[in-house]
Amino acid sequence: MIFFQQLLNGLQLGSIYALVALGYTMVYGIILLLNFAHGDIIMVGAYVSWVVMSRLQLGPITAVFASVLMCTLLGVVIEKVAYAPLRSAPRLSLLITAIGVSYFLENGAQLIFGADGKNMNAIFSIPNLTIGSVTLSSTALVTLAVTIVAMIGLLMLVHKTKMGKAMRAVSEDMGAAQLMGISVNATISFTFAIGSLLAGIGSVLYSNIYQMATPTMGSMLGLKAFVAAVLGGIGSIPGAMIGGFAVGFIETFVSAAKIGQQSLSVWRDAVVFAILIIVLVVKPTGIMGHKVREKV
Amino acid sequence: MSLLNVQDIHVYYGSIYAIKGISFSVEEGEIVSLIGANGAGKSTTLKTISGLMRPRTGKIEFAGADITAMKAHKIVAAGLAQCPEGRRVFSRMTVQENLEMGAYTRENAEMEKSMEDVYYRFPRLKERYKQEAGTLSGGEQQMLAMGRAMMSRPKLLMLDEPSMGLAPLLVEEIFEIIGELNRSGTTVLLVEQNAQMALSISNRGYVLETGRIVISGTGDELLRDDKVRRAYLGG
Repeated sequence: MIFFQQLLNGLQLGSIYALVALGYTMVYGIILLLNFAHGDIIMVGAYVSWVVMSRLQLGPITAVFASVLMCTLLGVVIEKVAYAPLRSAPRLSLLITAIGVSYFLENGAQLIFGADGKNMNAIFSIPNLTIGSVTLSSTALVTLAVTIVAMIGLLMLVHKTKMGKAMRAVSEDMGAAQLMGISVNATISFTFAIGSLLAGIGSVLYSNIYQMATPTMGSMLGLKAFVAAVLGGIGSIPGAMIGGFAVGFIETFVSAAKIGQQSLSVWRDAVVFAILIIVLVVKPTGIMGHKVREKV
Repeated sequence: MSLLNVQDIHVYYGSIYAIKGISFSVEEGEIVSLIGANGAGKSTTLKTISGLMRPRTGKIEFAGADITAMKAHKIVAAGLAQCPEGRRVFSRMTVQENLEMGAYTRENAEMEKSMEDVYYRFPRLKERYKQEAGTLSGGEQQMLAMGRAMMSRPKLLMLDEPSMGLAPLLVEEIFEIIGELNRSGTTVLLVEQNAQMALSISNRGYVLETGRIVISGTGDELLRDDKVRRAYLGG
């Protein structure tokens, strides 16, 4: 029975990683940037929830909308202000800028809100589900359900809508996409908006689970989501989904595992980063990744 | 007034001086060829017209408007499409999706019409509409790339090396299609290394050498020109 509960915990954690990994992978797919500021968007979303609920005393629904909206806007603004001017610069400049943006957000949050964490109430509180002797966390079920809906929405967007198809076209061949009359800048902005919107949803779900906001909460979360994106195959949307759940499961099971009386939970971060190293050594394209053909 | 008017453009590839002041024009209804060896600047010229590269100086006018500084995607909307060198189809998208991208600047209803037209011209694409473009043969990919460029119903269609890497029979088929397209009202600017084929269907041609136009004339004149014969027609 504990197994089922751990399975659900893994799905819950994996949902968050998958939502964040999607933003990483979409941005990488389109401008080949590892957007290390992406995890910090989650942190900003968490503070927005805290401000709305604890400071302004507004309801959880307002918090959800404010949080998701702010994350989306923030992602677009970061792209316009920090990355767009570097469109034809070497990729390393872009990567360094992303790290700079990450520090800027973390330290900015610390300046405004202080270094200590801010506690908040759960955003949704629904009683746990008990089936026979198994108690299933309703938070985990909600997290999983919201994530699945978001993923289906994303897949529909990318495969059925004109803008989604344009995103795929730009990510495959930016020059050819321009020759189709696709505005590359608008498509890149749209990609950041969607990636950040998913991070916003992830942020709400994460805040609902851990009920706390700290300035650096996004960095470890972001790194693990990055591992998930690489494991799934960076640039691949289904890959980010699979990678997210895989990392969530692995982390949960390592946390729960014991050798004799010794809990392995202190090893969970090490194991996740070991996956990164193994993937990069053994199969750098990840589970679903495409072989990158060098264009002449 | 010419449909396309290129006036003394100078283009740099980084620090390489690639186009050293070329001027030419394309009249409505014509097929015009740019021929020349590898590295003569033919593709660079097309990229500059399409707005993917910028001339350092010079002016490009299309349908009476100055498009020298216009963004690439707006140039497509203005009626100038390019089918790029090496086809560059979106290999992980289906045939149908590739064609949809070609009509990106147009309304859905118009897109359907264009798609019917493209499928009528290229029945093989219709058979494979659900297939990923990367799985098509070279000839089919060339047809897809041309069909995709036609989807925007351009006034001027620029084709960059449409015969590259294709078997002789397919090359003939591709050139026949170019002729048909032209007869149905599309003006064509053609860049080719296969000078014989290109000049034989062209009203006029220009020969490029290291970034300059060295000879120009009607298709027939160039086919008979001694220098052109020696340098590009193998005899």
